Amino acid sequence: MLLLALDTATPAVTVALHDGRDVVASFSQVDARRHGELLLPAVDRVLADAGVKLDAVTGIVVGTGPGPYTGLRVGLMTADTFGLALGIPVHGMCTLDGLAYAADPGEGPFVVATDARRKEVYWARYENSRTRTGEPAVDRPADIAEQVKGLPAVGAGALLYPDTFPDAREPEYVSAAALASLAAERIGAGVELPAPRPLYLRRPDAQVPKNYKVVTPK
Amino acid sequence: MADEPLVLGIETSCDETGVGIVRGTTLLADAIASSVDEHARFGGVVPEVASRAHLEAMVPTIERALKDAGVSARDLDGIAVTAGPGLAGALLVGVSAAKAYAYALGKPLYGVNHLASHICVDQLEHGALPEPTMALLVSGGHSSLLLSSDITSDVRPMGATIDDAAGEAFDKIARVLNLGFPGGPVIDRYAREGDPSAIAFPRGLTGPRDPAYDFSFSGLKTAVARWIEAKRAAGEEVPVRDVAASFQEAVVDVLTRKAVRACKDEGVDHLMIGGGVAANSRLRALAQERCEAAGIRLRVPRPKLCTDNGAMVAALGAEMVARNRAASSWDLSADSSLPVTDPHVPGHDHVHEVSKENLYS
Ligand SMILES: [Zn+2]
Repeated sequence: MLLLALDTATPAVTVALHDGRDVVASFSQVDARRHGELLLPAVDRVLADAGVKLDAVTGIVVGTGPGPYTGLRVGLMTADTFGLALGIPVHGMCTLDGLAYAADPGEGPFVVATDARRKEVYWARYENSRTRTGEPAVDRPADIAEQVKGLPAVGAGALLYPDTFPDAREPEYVSAAALASLAAERIGAGVELPAPRPLYLRRPDAQVPKNYKVVTPK
Repeated sequence: MADEPLVLGIETSCDETGVGIVRGTTLLADAIASSVDEHARFGGVVPEVASRAHLEAMVPTIERALKDAGVSARDLDGIAVTAGPGLAGALLVGVSAAKAYAYALGKPLYGVNHLASHICVDQLEHGALPEPTMALLVSGGHSSLLLSSDITSDVRPMGATIDDAAGEAFDKIARVLNLGFPGGPVIDRYAREGDPSAIAFPRGLTGPRDPAYDFSFSGLKTAVARWIEAKRAAGEEVPVRDVAASFQEAVVDVLTRKAVRACKDEGVDHLMIGGGVAANSRLRALAQERCEAAGIRLRVPRPKLCTDNGAMVAALGAEMVARNRAASSWDLSADSSLPVTDPHVPGHDHVHEVSKENLYS
């Protein structure tokens, strides 16, 4: 097994390669505005570090968010197209699950929260680092304060809103290494991973911008 | 001719997910998935809706194009993609797909200009572009007069709209007349049964001191809307066919007049018309008439090649390969305001070299 994992649902552009036992190479770079530019060179670098070519990869794992859409789609589109070109399966993995897996919140339940912008967080509750309870959601921190009260929380969304998440901890962003490890664990246990469908959680903003479709540079 | 470059092109600058395959100047496949119906109720293209649809449609559309063309991805000589201009989020989906596809297949990547592609697509219909070529590009997104002596390296803007694109005016007037979205085809249909000289609507920027090759459709749009509203306010029935015909005549009169003038002034004996509005029957007829009178040869691709599609991107990509233009780098980005003067986005060579080595050495 050689899994290529990538995630662009948080400000990190992150790529990792996992051989079924260990992460053999990984690379992350934080730049929320340049996912589109950075992802392919990051893949190239990880493959070079591991000394393998892309066609040695047997499966792709991609973070399905939730995350800001424009960046999120870079990872999903790249994963889908790799899958098409190489004829290998593409698996989806909730980005928050990757963060939970990498977290070390001690005993008991905890929360993962990432920045959803517009003063909201994407979040989910976890029983432990491998078990999510319920579906991810997007909410204003103040509106979920009761539900997360007393729980440790990880992720940039938790660190951003200390009033709601007084016990906030690292890591801020997901790492593809964690996604890959979790995916390898699940595949090894015979669990079928979901299809790579984006978790948008919000409807698209439906207003047509003024001067829509104007693409000629002034 | 098997030695001509076989190129796959991806287009996602607006609401069409287009994947085309060409061999040199021969069209092999032109697969399209459109999200236009999802935008109709908003009266215009909603960028986030378009971006989501591109992500969904991309892989099936690539598969369909390969099947239609009867070629294997392994045999491609390059992957071309619209790098801009267009909607930023929509472009990024296509650029991400093209980069991943080119990288996985070990093929060179060509980020190309959407407007230059609109011109180059005519090679698939009428053979190699004459050099120089004057091009009138008219759609919901652009209204430009461009002069190109080499479509891979030299595109010069002669004029452009200073406000709305011609296609936008069609959409707006269709909305005012309650005819739905998109407005171009439906206005064209009603206009055929109307009198183009029934109402004298204004011709923007046609005064002696106005810029010779620039366009303006905002004033026309307002004038037509006011005329309709006045009729309604007076309790009179709006003569939809005459309004459509008179409005359309005002648009195509200015477009063709300025295009022919630009050809004459520059001594160019070929005019190509592209973009979605080039499907308009009256624009085609009047352009034909005026070009004939002026001794200019008119080239207009069939309507399906005029609207946004992947074949036009593949056509320009094939030309980049044929003329040995530099490929793009793996860090190619989508540029929503890519200048028309950049027909492609050449990379910094070393990135490509290194990557190729890692992949297929
Ligand atoms: Zn266009």
